[in-house]
Formats: sequence, structure tokens, C-alpha cells
Amino acid sequence: MKRLTAGLVALLLSGCSNYAVLDPHGESAGSISELLLLFFWVCSIIWLIVMLALAYAIFRKRPAVSGADLLLGAAEQNRQLTAIVSVCVAITFLVLTGLTFSSYIAGKAVADMAQRGTLTIRITGYQWWWDVEYEDTRPDHIIYTANEIHVPVGEAVKVKLESGDVIHSLWIPSLFGKRDLIPGQHNELTFIAEKTGIYRGQCAEFCGLQHAYMGLTVVAEPRATFDAWRLSQLMPAAAPKQDLQVGLNVFLTRGCALCHTIRGTSAGGRVAPDLTHIASRHTLAAGALDMKPDQLARWISDPQAIKPGSKMPWIDLNPDEMRAVTSYVGSLR
Amino acid sequence: MKSVFLLCLVVVLAACQREERDFTKRKESEPPDTVSVSPLHPGNPPITTLEESKYEQSAYDVAEGKRLYQWFNCTGCHFNGGGGIGPALMDDKWIYGSSIENIVKTIKEGRPNGMPSFGGLIPEKETWQLAAYVRALGGFVAKDVAPSRNDDLSASPAENRLPSPKPYNGKAP
Ligand code: HEC
Ligand code: HEC
Ligand SMILES: [Cu+2]
Repeated sequence: MKRLTAGLVALLLSGCSNYAVLDPHGESAGSISELLLLFFWVCSIIWLIVMLALAYAIFRKRPAVSGADLLLGAAEQNRQLTAIVSVCVAITFLVLTGLTFSSYIAGKAVADMAQRGTLTIRITGYQWWWDVEYEDTRPDHIIYTANEIHVPVGEAVKVKLESGDVIHSLWIPSLFGKRDLIPGQHNELTFIAEKTGIYRGQCAEFCGLQHAYMGLTVVAEPRATFDAWRLSQLMPAAAPKQDLQVGLNVFLTRGCALCHTIRGTSAGGRVAPDLTHIASRHTLAAGALDMKPDQLARWISDPQAIKPGSKMPWIDLNPDEMRAVTSYVGSLR
Repeated sequence: MKSVFLLCLVVVLAACQREERDFTKRKESEPPDTVSVSPLHPGNPPITTLEESKYEQSAYDVAEGKRLYQWFNCTGCHFNGGGGIGPALMDDKWIYGSSIENIVKTIKEGRPNGMPSFGGLIPEKETWQLAAYVRALGGFVAKDVAPSRNDDLSASPAENRLPSPKPYNGKAP
């Protein structure tokens, strides 16, 4: 029994990490958590009042009454009871109407943001990573990247959600609630990040072996920084310097290019994350590793050891090819 | 009653026999150079004792092969097995042999009339998975292993409903 309690407490406490829903940094997460607090307090107060009334009813001293008194008092008592019950029903009605109305307001606030979108990001879920495209009416202004999005602080961002294989769900607890990515269906949501910072998102619908390692990084930054990032992402990959050329050759001749795109080279595979600016991201393989040279080498040398079942195969490279391709990919800022 | 219960237990336990998925970086042995590419040969027929590959017995590997068949754009030339620029892979005619070893060699080395060589590009294990899937297209793979559905709309039935091949050239496949 004790162990069970300890386990339950540990489980509850694990909710206190930086995923916290109760620590919102976005407008829609904000109105949802305000609603949550309102419901919490109203319900707690009502519960307390009911409990007090119950206690009073149980413990109050009943006056000793004679038979005659009883008959005489019945009519009077009846009137009293009717009054109490009517007042209680009226209060219940008012409270419920108030709660319904505030829930409507919160829902409307979340829905209204859709009209204010300044930026549209299309996110497609795959087993087990996120493909990202920043839409633009000019084709040469479209950004392709993966597993990380940047958004300007304080601006409404519209996200279009799609899936390339099975059902996934996008959840960034500090910014907004869950929304599913369903094959053959377009879902949308709009959110505003109110504070600069790096937020972590996660797939919230079981989608296969590596579901747990399907994270998305969200970087909220001031407009100027965001514009600079946007420009840098639009550039094709820089032509490799002398010693990195070998790495590019390995990339093109050992199959990496069958799956991956590096814009500015002839690598144009469309089934795996775009690697054009991979080294500018914070994480690797959808948050499974940090973007560091040694971790990159670990990933390329045996992805199946890090995410067993991942759709990136183990490729039998010799140590020279390994070193060359790792330093080339690591140079793609 | 008891025997019904026991029977149920046995049936349930039978489900514990799960298919293994191998994610280790184990190397596949090369198909022997003696694989014959054509049934036409001088003298007596060669003795071929090729055992069935484990890739053809694993539904996971065949399904992975099906995904890679799209990813590596085999569909661009062979379509969904019906053939286009490249020959059909779901019929009974095999120019370069229908055994999994033959198909692995075809994928790795390419073939003169326009089949590109994928050797060095597609990793070893994935080549075998592709070949196992090509075998499923040909109807050589057991029905409980071959893929049973398509993810997208497709004109042809799923692979496990394809007919098994008839003997060709007097030689069983
Ligand atoms: C069969 C297709 C395929 C091939 C071939 C392939 N990859 Fe990948 N790669 C993937 C997929 C799919 C992912 C995403 C895996 C995941 O996160 O689960 C990936 C992820 C990556 C990542 C991390 C990307 C990110 O956004 O974090 C790097 C780096 C990478 N691959 C490099 C390479 C290199 C270098 C090669 C060649 C030696 C290669 N890949 C060959 C499919 C492939
Ligand atoms: C550029 C077009 C093209 C692509 C891409 C292509 N093939 Fe082929 N394939 C051909 C042609 C053409 C032939 C016939 C070659 C010949 O007759 O010499 C062929 C032959 C074959 C054969 C032998 C058929 C037989 O009857 O023996 C197999 C098996 C095969 N391809 C599998 C594949 C697989 C698997 C892929 C994907 C990795 C693939 N092909 C991609 C064009 C292509
Ligand atoms: Cu998932």
C-alpha cells in the first residue's frame, strides 16, 4: 500500500517538469489555463459550501419538539424549505450559465486567432519525424526544414497539419493543446507564443516503435531574429570547401541522396528530413540527440542503435567515409 | 468446460510466437557468384540448392521492401509491378531469374537494357527487403507474409491476393 502511494505521488510529481500545461506562454494555452483555473476555484468553493452544509445538517442539535408543535410548524417549515431550495436552484443555474459562457469565450478566443495569422507553417508527420514547410505565395520564398520551427513572438501563427503515414498528434504543452495529424485530412490550429524561448513539442498519439522519440523544437524569437533566420534558411547549402568535398561525394554516392535533400547539390530525396541547414538546428533525429558533432557521428554510424526501427537504415561506411560525411553534414549551417 | 478452457489457453499462447525484427547491423552474406541468370545453359541443368531466404518469411521485411519500392522510385519504371519502362514484375516471365538471389543481383548490378545499378547506393539489408517484396509481387511469398493492403488507392489487389506463378519454361520457379 505504501509503495503504491509513493508510486502515485511520483507519477503526479512527474507532471511538474517543463512540459507544464499550467505554465502557459501562448495565447491559446493561456485562455485554456485561465478557464481551467476558473473551473477549479468555482468547483472547489461549491464543494466546500456543500460539505459545510452537510456537516451542519449532521451535527446540529435538534430541538426537542412536542406533537402539537410539529403539526403547527409543518406549514411554516414547508414555506421555509421551498424558499431555500428555490434559492439554491437559482444559484446553480447562475453558476452553470456563467461557466458555460466563460468556456464559450475561451473557445472563441482560440478560434478567433485563426483570422490573425501572419505566417503559415505546414507540418507533416512521418514515422518518426516532422516535415516542415513555411508557405509563401512566392515559390522561391518557401522554406523547407524538419523537426524544428521558428516563430516570431507575439504574432499569430497558423499551422496546417497533415500526415504522410499513420495518425500522429502535435502537442506543445506551453503553447497549445493537442491536435491530430490524420492521413487524408487537413487539420489546422493557430497559436501565439508570448515569450521568447525554446519550447518542446511531442507527438501525442501512439504511432509506432519510436513514438517516444518524435519531438519538435519550437524557437520563439523577436521578429528581427526570426527574419534573419528565415533568410538564412532560404539560402541553398554553401558549396563545400576543399576538404569537405569528399564528404559531399560520399553523401551522393552512398545512398544518402536517395532519401535526403541538400538544396544546392544534386541530392534531392524527398522521403527524409531536409538536411540543407541541419547544423543550425538544436536537435537531431526529432529530439533523440543533441546537435553536436559526436552525436551526429553516432547517428550516422548506427541510427538503428539510437532509434531501433527508424526508417533511416544503417549504412556500411568505412571509417574514412564516415569521418568525411559527418564533417560535411556537420558543416551545413 | 475444462477442455474448452485449455484449448483457449493454447490458442492464446500461440499468439506469443512473434515475428523477430532485426535492427542490428549484421552483414548479409553475398549471393553466390554461381547464381545462374538464365535458364538457358549448355549441358545438364545446374543443381541449384538455394534455400528460402529469411527475408521472404518475415512480413515485416516484405512490408519494409514495399515502402522502399516507393521510396527508391522503382515505381517510376516498373509501376506497381505491372511494368512500364521496365518489365512487369508480377507476371510469370523472369528474364534474369526469379530467385531472391537473382533479384538481389539484378538490383545491385543493374541489367543491360536499362535497369540501373543500385549497388553501393541501397544498403545490403534494404536490398534484400526490396528483393523479398519483388518476390511478393511475383506471388512467390506465402499469403500470410505478403502485404495484405495498400496505403493508397491502387488499381491492383494487395500482394497477398496475387496468383501464384505457374511453372515457366518447363522449370519450376
Ligand atoms: C532510406 C532512406 C535514408 C537513407 C538512405 C539515409 N537516411 Fe538519413 N534519415 C532518414 C530518415 C527517415 C530520417 C529521420 C529518422 C528519424 O528521426 O526517425 C533520417 C535522419 C537523418 C538525420 C537527422 C535529421 C534531423 O533532422 O535531425 C541525418 C543527419 C541523416 N539522416 C543523415 C544521413 C546520411 C549522412 C546518410 C547517408 C550515409 C543518410 N542519412 C541516409 C532516411 C534515410
Ligand atoms: C530507370 C528505370 C528503372 C528503374 C528506376 C528500376 N528499374 Fe528495374 N528494370 C528496368 C528495366 C528497363 C529492366 C529490364 C532490363 C533488361 O531487360 O536488361 C529492369 C529489370 C528489373 C528486374 C529483372 C526482371 C526480370 O524479368 O528478370 C528486376 C527484378 C527489377 N528491375 C527490379 C527493380 C527494383 C527493385 C527497382 C527499384 C530499386 C528497379 N527495378 C528500378 C528499369 C528500371
Ligand atoms: Cu507518435
